[in-house]
Amino acid sequence: MDRVSVGMAAFLAVSAAAATAAYAQKDAAQEGIEAYREALQDGNPAELYEATGEELWKTPAGPKKASLEQCDLGLGPGVVKGAYARLPRHFKDTDRVQDLESRLLTCMETLQGKDPKPYVEAAFTAPPKEEMNALAAYISGQSKDDPIAVTPKHPKEQAMYELGKRMFYYQGGPYDFSCATCHGQEGTRIRLQDLPYIPGPKGAAAGWSSWPAYRVSAGQMWSMQWRLNDCFRQQRFPEPVYTSDATIALSMFMAANASGATMKTPGIKR
Amino acid sequence: MTQAVMERRQVLTFLGVLAAAGFVVPQAAFANWDKTAFDAKTMDEALKALGAGAPANSGDVQVVASDIAENGAVVPVQAVSKLPNTERIAILVEKNPNMLAAAFDLGPDTIPEVTARIKMGQTSNVMVLVKADGKFYAASKEIKVTLGGCGG
Amino acid sequence: MGNPMKIRASAKDGVTEIKILMSHEMETGQRKDANGTVIPAWFINEITAKLDGKTVMQAQWGPSISKNPYLAFKVKGGKAGDKVSVTWVDNKGDTRTDEAAVT
Repeated sequence: MDRVSVGMAAFLAVSAAAATAAYAQKDAAQEGIEAYREALQDGNPAELYEATGEELWKTPAGPKKASLEQCDLGLGPGVVKGAYARLPRHFKDTDRVQDLESRLLTCMETLQGKDPKPYVEAAFTAPPKEEMNALAAYISGQSKDDPIAVTPKHPKEQAMYELGKRMFYYQGGPYDFSCATCHGQEGTRIRLQDLPYIPGPKGAAAGWSSWPAYRVSAGQMWSMQWRLNDCFRQQRFPEPVYTSDATIALSMFMAANASGATMKTPGIKR
Repeated sequence: MTQAVMERRQVLTFLGVLAAAGFVVPQAAFANWDKTAFDAKTMDEALKALGAGAPANSGDVQVVASDIAENGAVVPVQAVSKLPNTERIAILVEKNPNMLAAAFDLGPDTIPEVTARIKMGQTSNVMVLVKADGKFYAASKEIKVTLGGCGG
Repeated sequence: MGNPMKIRASAKDGVTEIKILMSHEMETGQRKDANGTVIPAWFINEITAKLDGKTVMQAQWGPSISKNPYLAFKVKGGKAGDKVSVTWVDNKGDTRTDEAAVT
């Protein structure tokens, strides 16, 4: 072997060692993150919001001085347990496919006589939305450990699913982005955060089963509508109207893809 | 009686009622917040304020935490002491603006394993300081703080 | 007065585990608002936990405890039905006490 190839062999050996070290480091980082997430599970401040949400649910309010306890979330008036795991779904009375938050607005309007407009228009950190986020924490918590059961059967549910799929792949905006840019391939991540593949059952479940969630970064309780709104913002798309069909369609796409997985709501996230 | 005196009397009565109902804790019970220790801006000052001087490193003290925190706003830390007669456990973060995060005084039956969540401005050593039998012991662990991607 | 705490306490094999979630901003006093004004520090600085009337933990906190604080610890003894009582005081003098029964 001449000197050049010895040098080259040594170089290759060093590179291989460096690559192995880098790989090992990456795994250690991943393990560290997993240990961190595990440690957060014990003691989720979302519980504090669940308590607030339960009180909001049971306290008479609005012009009609009524509570939300007779609200039909899909399993009959007043049934909260297991309802969230079966949303979004078609409701006969409104003849619309509704997610939790749009359904809550319906109940606030019909049972309590409230005007939904301030709830729709408020910023996500403003008091009307804080009520929605707390209610979402409470109601989703009542489906914890239940299997997600969302199968589009009604023609409007099927149409909503198809619309959600189109929304997911729709590419546009100043960055020429789509949901699929981040969530349309397996095994990708941003920095140390894994990006779930939403069209598949595993990725959809990772996303859908863990929201609403308490975000430790800002110490806020985020509903699914808030989460989706933030996806639009990150794509530099125009902000969707709260509980608009575009957002419900995306939820339907995710929930149906996640069907069969176990609800872990409310979640806790970095 | 002037209006001001009257209001003051009402306020005092109100506080008295609250205290009687157990809502207000007597001030004396809560007058021990150690301002000097919490205001300390160097590790030496903080340790001095806590009366610890230069604590001995001990294998019987543990900082149980993940190597990496996904977000510095919430870093779970368990402070553990295996030393008999542990009376006090403190958590200090070397690179925070103020080092001392928390000090826990334990009752005789309390097991010296305390879990809390702290804020960290950046990657830093986190120290658990233990007072047992009147002496101070410590252990440190580096916790890396990362920047997150988007939603998660 | 603040919002209610969530207190969980369970006794097993002669040890009671106490887990507490508190609702509090824990503002550091280092942040600025949109106008550049410093947001004043506002944090729980003292905590007392009692099991069956006996003080088992007294803690002092600084502002670097995370928002909506979580605290967990274990105490020898205790049995189902015993009362756990937790009181916090913040640097503005606000205070709150909540109770729970050991399960």
